[in-house]
Amino acid sequence: MPKLLTGAEIVFKCLEDQKVNHIFGYPGGAVLPIYDELKNHPSIKHILVRHEQGAGHAAEGYARSSGKPGVVLVTSGPGATNVVTALTDAYMDSVPMVCISGQVPTHLIGTDAFQECDTTGITRPCTKHNWLVKDINELSDVMHEAFKVATTGRPGPVLIDIPKDIQFAKAKYNKPKKEKKLNGKSHNKFSANEIDQLISLINKAKKPIIYSGGGVINSGPKASDALRKFVELTGFPITSTLQGLGAYPGDDNQFLGMLGMHGTYEANNAMHDCDLLINIGARFDDRITGKIDEFSPNSKKVHIDIDPSSINKIIKVDLAIVGDVTKVIDKVNKTIVKKKNGNGKSNKPNIAKWWEQIQKWRNKNSLNFVNSEDSIKPQHAVQRLYELTKNKDTYVTTEVGQHQMWAAQHYKFNKPNRWMTSGGLGTMGYGLPAAVGVQVAHPEKLVIDIAGEASVLMTMQEMSTAVQYNLPIKIFILNNQYMGMVRQWQELLHEKNYSESYSEALPDFMKMADAYGCKGIKADDPSDLDEKIQEMVDYNGPVIFDCHVDPNENCFPMIPSGKPHNQMILGPNDQEENKIKGKGKALV
Amino acid sequence: MSKSRSAYSTPSIKQKSDTYIFVVWVDNEAGVLARVVGLFSGRGYNIESLAVAEVDAVKNISRITIVTTGTPQVIDQIRLQLTKLVPVHKVGEFKRDDKEVIFKEMALFKIVGKKNKIEKCLNACKKFNPVVLDETKSSAVIQITALRREIDKMSKKLKPLGLISTSRTGAVAMTRGAKIFN
Repeated sequence: MPKLLTGAEIVFKCLEDQKVNHIFGYPGGAVLPIYDELKNHPSIKHILVRHEQGAGHAAEGYARSSGKPGVVLVTSGPGATNVVTALTDAYMDSVPMVCISGQVPTHLIGTDAFQECDTTGITRPCTKHNWLVKDINELSDVMHEAFKVATTGRPGPVLIDIPKDIQFAKAKYNKPKKEKKLNGKSHNKFSANEIDQLISLINKAKKPIIYSGGGVINSGPKASDALRKFVELTGFPITSTLQGLGAYPGDDNQFLGMLGMHGTYEANNAMHDCDLLINIGARFDDRITGKIDEFSPNSKKVHIDIDPSSINKIIKVDLAIVGDVTKVIDKVNKTIVKKKNGNGKSNKPNIAKWWEQIQKWRNKNSLNFVNSEDSIKPQHAVQRLYELTKNKDTYVTTEVGQHQMWAAQHYKFNKPNRWMTSGGLGTMGYGLPAAVGVQVAHPEKLVIDIAGEASVLMTMQEMSTAVQYNLPIKIFILNNQYMGMVRQWQELLHEKNYSESYSEALPDFMKMADAYGCKGIKADDPSDLDEKIQEMVDYNGPVIFDCHVDPNENCFPMIPSGKPHNQMILGPNDQEENKIKGKGKALV
Repeated sequence: MSKSRSAYSTPSIKQKSDTYIFVVWVDNEAGVLARVVGLFSGRGYNIESLAVAEVDAVKNISRITIVTTGTPQVIDQIRLQLTKLVPVHKVGEFKRDDKEVIFKEMALFKIVGKKNKIEKCLNACKKFNPVVLDETKSSAVIQITALRREIDKMSKKLKPLGLISTSRTGAVAMTRGAKIFN
């Protein structure tokens, strides 16, 4: 007779066998048996957050920075509904996450019991899959499958809803099965023929560009190595989506910077004029493509993605290769090397003219801004932050808005998994809890949340978590007193009607830091910015850095309103010629 | 404000929509129909009709037949998105005018009226394998199996003859010959 374990014990057995070291959570009535069991499992550390959304984002930060799935534990009803934003965020950005939620006892399900909600119903569209465990004998298999679903293929969040009586009930524990077939959903279906087609396109290209995305990061550090080799072998220019930053070194000469709505002039023009576009692990998001009908009109398009449903979803491609980025690019690299050792000739001379053209676009210096000696320009603040932290292995998270774009433009990442931002869902309030998660995964590293004052207030309470666990996260707030991106669009599209985008009564962040028991630093003079940033970096503990910046600064360059990639507005000087006209307004 | 203030692009020129039938094999477990139907509503695809029942009690497999309309790109997406769902085993997809596939729907008609009217109804239904399931002096329940359009037509035709209630299923589909879906 095998030993029978309670549901709560099985949950922890599964977590141990899945090599989970940290869970982010918040207790409540329907998960108390699981919390009661926590003390018996010293290898698993629980991080108590202040709001379940914070638990979710912390798990996302943990997952993105470590490559391991983030684990969340919440109670029924409000506990589960509070985590929905984070689940949706993880779903949009393909972050592996396992959420365990308590549920009212099975005999009360459907009776509108206290703290009951239809958790699996609510989370069905924002998870890869979810389970309501009504039979204790299924619990261990469901738990193991949940980890499998979250981490294989295109990663994503899953949720397991466990009624309280199941947590008490007893059953035999099943170890994870070696290779469980997921309904035959295999992920590497590409053929040698497809690789050859790609090589042939590469050899013919005169104006090629590589456009890489978050899929490279999700595929693991080896994918970044393979990508770097691929770029080196081909000599092609490379641009990256917001989520892909860091897969290729940001300060390398072949890197054109980020593309898309706030991407660089050279990246977007190269996308528009190219004759070969190689998409590696990106999904032709609408912030990237601009006007679909005029997106990269003259190019052959290649799409490498692990998710077949990403192919031809938005942009029709000429060659689709479904597979894991590491496997596909490794194969491509090997084939290129093999052909070169034969009599294959390098096509680098073919693209010399293309590089000349790119250099011309580069000379526009599209990330330029007019600096000031009187007020701190937000771009300048990010640049200084980068200069003063680039020699450390720094991890950066952001909230959502102008500061996020400035961080993406001016902070240069050289390694994958160092950049955590909410791209798909665009969740304000992501950065602070995500920084908590990153710091938990990397206790010795410098973790900075480049924040906006409006965003950070949405999940400010997690500062308390950081203080409780001595997590020395640095909250670098670019404080312009506005919801900056909202203000920018109102300025450009709505005749400067700044409807509700100004925060009348901001808290004093210095006092707030004091109240939370962390350090507060305030900067409003460009001349002592460096010194204060250094003070923040050197301080061993959490810091709220209130950086007062020019409130009227806009984020440029920008693809305006219904325009294709080759019609960007650059900066204040360029705007007069390029006013956004009536019809285009609908398209921003 | 007449101008749209949307933060997104306006739709480009629409392609032509066609009617397709999807056949989906799923694990017969709680919530699986909600997952499939939720995928359609969540992504803005429409469902013209739906039929679902367990077809393999041993393996616990249900077969869902969905009639939908969409552009070739949308149809492609529907297939790929359905395939991604964890409880989905396989997905088949057919154009409605595919000659290799049989589509059938069933309808029950309740007719209230004199004998001669009911006779007329049965006569009208002759082409569609009518079966009288219930009969009284003043009423009858007639079952027919036919295509959607034919049932539409019949229910219009029978109205003046005393049709007071119609109940109909979604379409089910099967390939002709010895071949099965893969």
